[in-house]
Amino acid sequence: MSTAVLFDNVSRHFGAVRAVDGVNLEIAEGEFFAMLGPSGSGKTTCLRLMAGFEQPTGGHIEIFGETAEGVPPYRRSVNTVFQDYALFPHLSILDNVAYGLMVKGVGREERRKAAEDALAMVKLPNYGSRRPGQLSGGQRQRVALARALVNKPKVLLLDEPLGALDLKLREQMQEELKTLQKSLGITFVFVTHDQGEALSMADRIAVFNDGRIQQLGSPEEVYKQPKTRFVADFVGSSNVLPAKLCQKLGVRSAYASLRPEAIALSAPGEGALSLNGTVSAHSFLGAVNRVVVDVDGARIAVASPAALAVPKVGSPVTISFAAHELHPMEDA
Amino acid sequence: MTAVTENIVLPDRRGPAGRLSDFFWKHPHVLLTVLLAPPLLWLGVVYVGSLFALLLQSFFSIDDFSGLINYEFTFATYRQLLSETNLDIILRTVSMAAIVTIASALIAFPIAYYAARYAQGKWKVLFYLGVMLPLWSSYLVKIYAWKLILAKEGIVTWFLGKLHLQWLLDAWLSLPVVGGNSLSVSYTGTFIVFVYVWLPFMILPIQAALERVPGNLIEASSDLGGTPAQTFRHVLFPLALPGIVAGSIFTFSLTLGDYIIPQIIGSSRLFIGQAVYAQQGTAGNIPLAAAFTVVPIVIMGAYLFVAKRMGAFDAL
Repeated sequence: MSTAVLFDNVSRHFGAVRAVDGVNLEIAEGEFFAMLGPSGSGKTTCLRLMAGFEQPTGGHIEIFGETAEGVPPYRRSVNTVFQDYALFPHLSILDNVAYGLMVKGVGREERRKAAEDALAMVKLPNYGSRRPGQLSGGQRQRVALARALVNKPKVLLLDEPLGALDLKLREQMQEELKTLQKSLGITFVFVTHDQGEALSMADRIAVFNDGRIQQLGSPEEVYKQPKTRFVADFVGSSNVLPAKLCQKLGVRSAYASLRPEAIALSAPGEGALSLNGTVSAHSFLGAVNRVVVDVDGARIAVASPAALAVPKVGSPVTISFAAHELHPMEDA
Repeated sequence: MTAVTENIVLPDRRGPAGRLSDFFWKHPHVLLTVLLAPPLLWLGVVYVGSLFALLLQSFFSIDDFSGLINYEFTFATYRQLLSETNLDIILRTVSMAAIVTIASALIAFPIAYYAARYAQGKWKVLFYLGVMLPLWSSYLVKIYAWKLILAKEGIVTWFLGKLHLQWLLDAWLSLPVVGGNSLSVSYTGTFIVFVYVWLPFMILPIQAALERVPGNLIEASSDLGGTPAQTFRHVLFPLALPGIVAGSIFTFSLTLGDYIIPQIIGSSRLFIGQAVYAQQGTAGNIPLAAAFTVVPIVIMGAYLFVAKRMGAFDAL
C-alpha cells in the first residue's frame, strides 16, 4: 500500500503564530484518517496545506509521491468538502456538481451524466435543477460531497463537514460517509473537533494541540492509552491522576490516565487497586450515572451503570479498578 | 424574588410619551403609516408626480410662429426628436455613456477587488477616503481643474513632452472623432473627465457586491480545478455582476444626463443634457426638452430589462 499524503517536519507560521509546527505524518492510500483537536490546534491548517490553499513555511509535503509545495490547488487531484459547503449560489445543483468537470473541459452531455450519477450516489437524485438556497443543511452537505467526489479525487479532504448538522443527521451521515469511503476506496482526511466522530469513523487519528501532533494511532490506542495529559483530557475525558495519587498506587511516572468506565464503585476484587474518597457530585446520563469522587482533592469521574444505586453526595466510597487500566503518561 | 418590583405588570409610565408608546405598541400599523407617509408623499407627489408632468409635456407641441405651447396631444415633438440632428445628439451621448461605463467598470473592478478581498484596517479607511474624497470637493472646481490639466499648455502635454512622447499625443489628437486641437477640446478629454468624475459610483457598488462573496467560493473553485481565469469567469464575475450593473446604472445615467462636462471640456457638439438645457432655456421649447429627457429613461429601462433577462440579478 502506497503513501497518499506525507508530511515531513511541516510548519506553517503566520508571523509569530505557529499554526502548524513541525508536523510529521504519513497517511496510507485508502485510509480514513482523522485530524482531531480543539479550534486553533492546527488541524484545519494541515488540511489547507494538503489542499494547497496554504503553503508551508518549512518542511516538505508529498501527495502520492509528488512534491506538493508550490503546486496550486487547481493542479492537485485533491478535493475538499468545505465546512460551510461553499456551494456556488448562482448555479443550479447540477451545475455545482458538474463544476469540476466543466473547468476541466469535459463535454456537456458527459458531465451532466456524471453529475447526475454523483447526486444519485449521495441520495439526491432529481435535485439537479434546484438552487443551493432551496436545500436544507443536510442536503447541501450531500451536494458538497457529490461535487467533490465527481472529480474522482485521489484524496478527499473534509473540513468539519458534519459540524452544522443536528445530532440525528450527523450520526446518519457518519455511517454513510464511512460506507462510501469503504466502497470507493478513496483516501479520506477528516478534520473534526468531535472526539466521538473521530473515534467512530477513522482508521487512525492524529490528535492536535498547539500546532503539533500529540498522539497518532488507532482510535483504540488513542482512547485507551493517551500519551499525554492533553490527549487524556480531550479524547474520552479520561481522569488524569496527579503525582500524589500515582505515588500512592505505585506508578512510576508523574501522571497516569484512568478512564471513567474502567472504575467501579465497590470494594476491590482480587488484584485490583482501590482508592477511598467521598462523592462530590453525580448526574444521570442515560445509560450511566456519572459520579464524581473526591480523592485527596483530586476529582475522579466514575461511569457507573445506571442500574446500580448511586451513593449520596458527601458519603464515603471506595473506588476500584484493575491495575492494567492505569496508563502512565509521558509528560507533565 | 426581587425587591424592586412587587407587581407582575409594571404600572403605566406617566406622561404623554408613555401613553404614545403604549398606543403605538398596540397599533403597529399606525406607527408604520406615521413613519412612511411623509417620505412616500415626497417621493410620490414631488418626485414621481413632477416627472410624470414632465413626460406629459413631451406630448404637447410648440407653435413655430408664436413660440407658444399648443396643449393638444400629439406625437409631433417625437417626430422632431427623431430628426437627423437630434438623433446625432442621442447617438453621441449614448456612445459616450457606454464607453465611459465600460472603462469605469474595467478600472473599478481591480480597485474594488483589492478593497473587498485584501484591504483591512487602515488600508480600508484609506480606500474609502481615496474613493470618496473627490466627491467632497465641488464638481465645477474639479472640471475646471481638468480643463487646465488637459489644456495644450497643461501638465499632460508637458509631462509627455518630458518623456519625449509628444508625438504619441499628437498622433492621437490627429485621429478623427476622438481627436482635436488639444485634449481639453476633444472627445477624449470629455471621456477622461467623465470616467474620473463617475468612477466612485462604479467602485462602491462593485466593492459591496464582492464583499458579499464568501472567500471560500474562490477556494472551492480553485479546489475543483478552476484556474484563476476560470474562477473569475464562472464565479467571481457572475457574483459581482449585480454590483457592476448597479454601478453602470449610475455611470450610464449620469453621463446621459450631464450637461456641464461636455460644455466645458470637449468639442462644441451637443450632448442630450446640453440639448435639454438649450431647449428649455434659450429656445423655450419645453415639449422637445421633455422629449429629450424621455430618451435616458427609455434607454435605462431597456438596459435593466436586458440585464435582468441575462440573469444579472440571479445572485441577489
